[in-house]
Amino acid sequence: MLNATYISLIPLLPLAGFVLLGLFGRKYFKNTSGIIGTGLMLVSAVLALYTAYGYFFEYGKADGVYQKLVPLKYTWLEFGKGLSIDMGIVLDPISVMMLVVVTFISLMVHIYSLGYLKGEERFPTYYAYLGLFTFSMLGLVMSSNIFQIYIFWELVGVSSFLLIGYYYDKPSAVAACKKAFIVTRFADVGFLIGILILSFYSGTLDFNTLIAALTSPESSEYKTAVTASFLGISALSWGLILVFVGGAGKSAMFPLHIWLPDAMEGPTPVSALIHAATMVVAGVFLVARLFPVFAISSPGALSVVAYVGAISAFIAAIIACTQTDIKRVLAYSTMSQIGYMMFALGVSGYGGENGLGYTASMFHLFTHAMFKALLFLGAGAVIHFIHSNEMKDMGGLRKYLPITHITFLIACLAIAGVPPFAGFFSKEEILLAAYHHNQAIYWMALITSALTAFYMFRLYFSIFWNKEQQPHGEHHGEGGFAMMMPLVLLAIGAAAAGFIPFGHYVSSDGKTLETAFHLSFSIAPVALGLAGIFLAMWMYKSQTDKPEKIAASLGGLYKAAYHKFYIDELYLFITHKIIFNLIGRPAAWFDKVVVDGLVNLAGNTTTKIAETIKGFQSGKVQQYALYFLVGVIGLAVLFIYVWK
Amino acid sequence: MTEPGLYHLLFISAALFFIGVYGFFTRRNLVTMLMSVELVLNSVNLNFIAFNKYLWPNRLDGVFFTIFIIAIAAAEAAVAIAIIINLYRSHQSIDVENAEELKY
Repeated sequence: MLNATYISLIPLLPLAGFVLLGLFGRKYFKNTSGIIGTGLMLVSAVLALYTAYGYFFEYGKADGVYQKLVPLKYTWLEFGKGLSIDMGIVLDPISVMMLVVVTFISLMVHIYSLGYLKGEERFPTYYAYLGLFTFSMLGLVMSSNIFQIYIFWELVGVSSFLLIGYYYDKPSAVAACKKAFIVTRFADVGFLIGILILSFYSGTLDFNTLIAALTSPESSEYKTAVTASFLGISALSWGLILVFVGGAGKSAMFPLHIWLPDAMEGPTPVSALIHAATMVVAGVFLVARLFPVFAISSPGALSVVAYVGAISAFIAAIIACTQTDIKRVLAYSTMSQIGYMMFALGVSGYGGENGLGYTASMFHLFTHAMFKALLFLGAGAVIHFIHSNEMKDMGGLRKYLPITHITFLIACLAIAGVPPFAGFFSKEEILLAAYHHNQAIYWMALITSALTAFYMFRLYFSIFWNKEQQPHGEHHGEGGFAMMMPLVLLAIGAAAAGFIPFGHYVSSDGKTLETAFHLSFSIAPVALGLAGIFLAMWMYKSQTDKPEKIAASLGGLYKAAYHKFYIDELYLFITHKIIFNLIGRPAAWFDKVVVDGLVNLAGNTTTKIAETIKGFQSGKVQQYALYFLVGVIGLAVLFIYVWK
Repeated sequence: MTEPGLYHLLFISAALFFIGVYGFFTRRNLVTMLMSVELVLNSVNLNFIAFNKYLWPNRLDGVFFTIFIIAIAAAEAAVAIAIIINLYRSHQSIDVENAEELKY
């Protein structure tokens, strides 16, 4: 039954792990910290599954509609009547789905890390950080209040920062974690302003009342929010767009995506958990959380979401085709798939058949978490074996890593959208939603889907086929049971998750959405996907000079894509050349000359005055007595002759 | 030969006061300076007695003040001598010009 105690235990157990291992791990749990963290996570995951079962099958539905349940809520900070920051738990289809995804992937990563990071010096710290991240992410998805979500939003940012910088003796990791933190923080400023705008006009921070206030056209809050405008765009749209900017920063949407590829400096299981399956979809989750407001009140803001998503998906797919670091390929692939989720939300409407995009987006989030985590963990196994991230060091690994090979292949088929693997179903729904809503986005998505198949199989063939690996001395196999079990479990998920009738559980208005399957419609994407796969096979199955020739014939386009369209360089140019020179240096000059000058002036003047009058304090007793006498005589004269 | 009046006493008191002040400024020996301070105090005592006798002959306030001042002067002398002894221990001298460290 619905019981707030065990639901609140789901995030609190990882937090307990963080506190325990963070404070005492290095001293008392040097060798057992992994087991402790994994054990707590296991309990948390079981509770999450139990909650999901209860919600979807027992108490979640009322009159055929999934309700938004608030089993726990207390006022944390009260600013005034009606305006308070509450801490609470919300159970609705998306938060329950995210609970399952986060705890399951986190559990897999916990188990996998037991093998992957064995013998690592800061093992307890690593598990402490994982616990902190899991706690923050679970808190984020269950937030009942927009400010609560912001708090947890920053907490996941911090834990992501800590985990990217886990190898803090590597300068590139340090640079990457700073970059990730600064870029997402920069985006979060937009989020915060968006929160302030939305809560100012709706007069509340609570999600339920905020959504209710801003979606009914009769309410006075809605009217003021729509009539107030700035630069010709209504305040409501500004608020939503700014909230989306925060989401875009966290979800690595163009043009705020630059931190994600660099974030691959972290340990690979961390990339699987944070930068593929859970944290980076927080932006999608945020838009989904506020979806009624986007869809009903501000179609303009929603189309911004759609176009940003589609452009990100497309650009990332092109860049992914040219990268040679396998983790970077996966990072761009992640960005591309999140772009899919974003534009799926963007093309969706609210309620009934129109809400197909919403369901599809959440469905893709779910399946993507499975196969992308699997891809990263598989890549981790490969890196563990080869000790390199570069494609050119790999090849022919199918003989050495049979389990990794099979599971990686399943994940590649899933992401490429080959039936009957999970990615096929979710991608079909997204394409269908886009087709009915916006043809331009549909065509971009279709090309992206072909590119996705191509770059994933480029990766697959380069790692597992291509040239034969020279047998080198110390083979330590695939990495033991702890690393293989998550791969197998996730592979089962990636293969079978598509058969879940997702529309029955998650839809924009909580009602059951029947997702029809159109065979004729799915011919085009599947055919394009297969074409991409065969092209990759033709180019990369065995070692040839075809890739170089094709790259050379593409010339500038290849070079631009290889350099990630020079977006990093553009950022550097803007920050170093423009912001530093035009704002930073004048500000530094002002600080050094004017501010410091004033302070120094005050100091110097005081010193000068002190130098001149310090002679009064000579240490000579009789001189003091003389001052005293003169004073007394002066007073006497004053009293006798002046103030008679 | 007339009876000495208030003005005679005040004159003596003033003379004592200025002798004390003069001594305080010219002597370098701390003990002598202390003695000069005692002269100043006694000139005040003399003032009190004189005013009491000539202005309010039926009252004793001035006399009591004098007794208090004598008691306090004794205590003050004890403290001052203690300070002087300590100074001698640390400086091997009670010359006021050798004790000038306590300055800016």
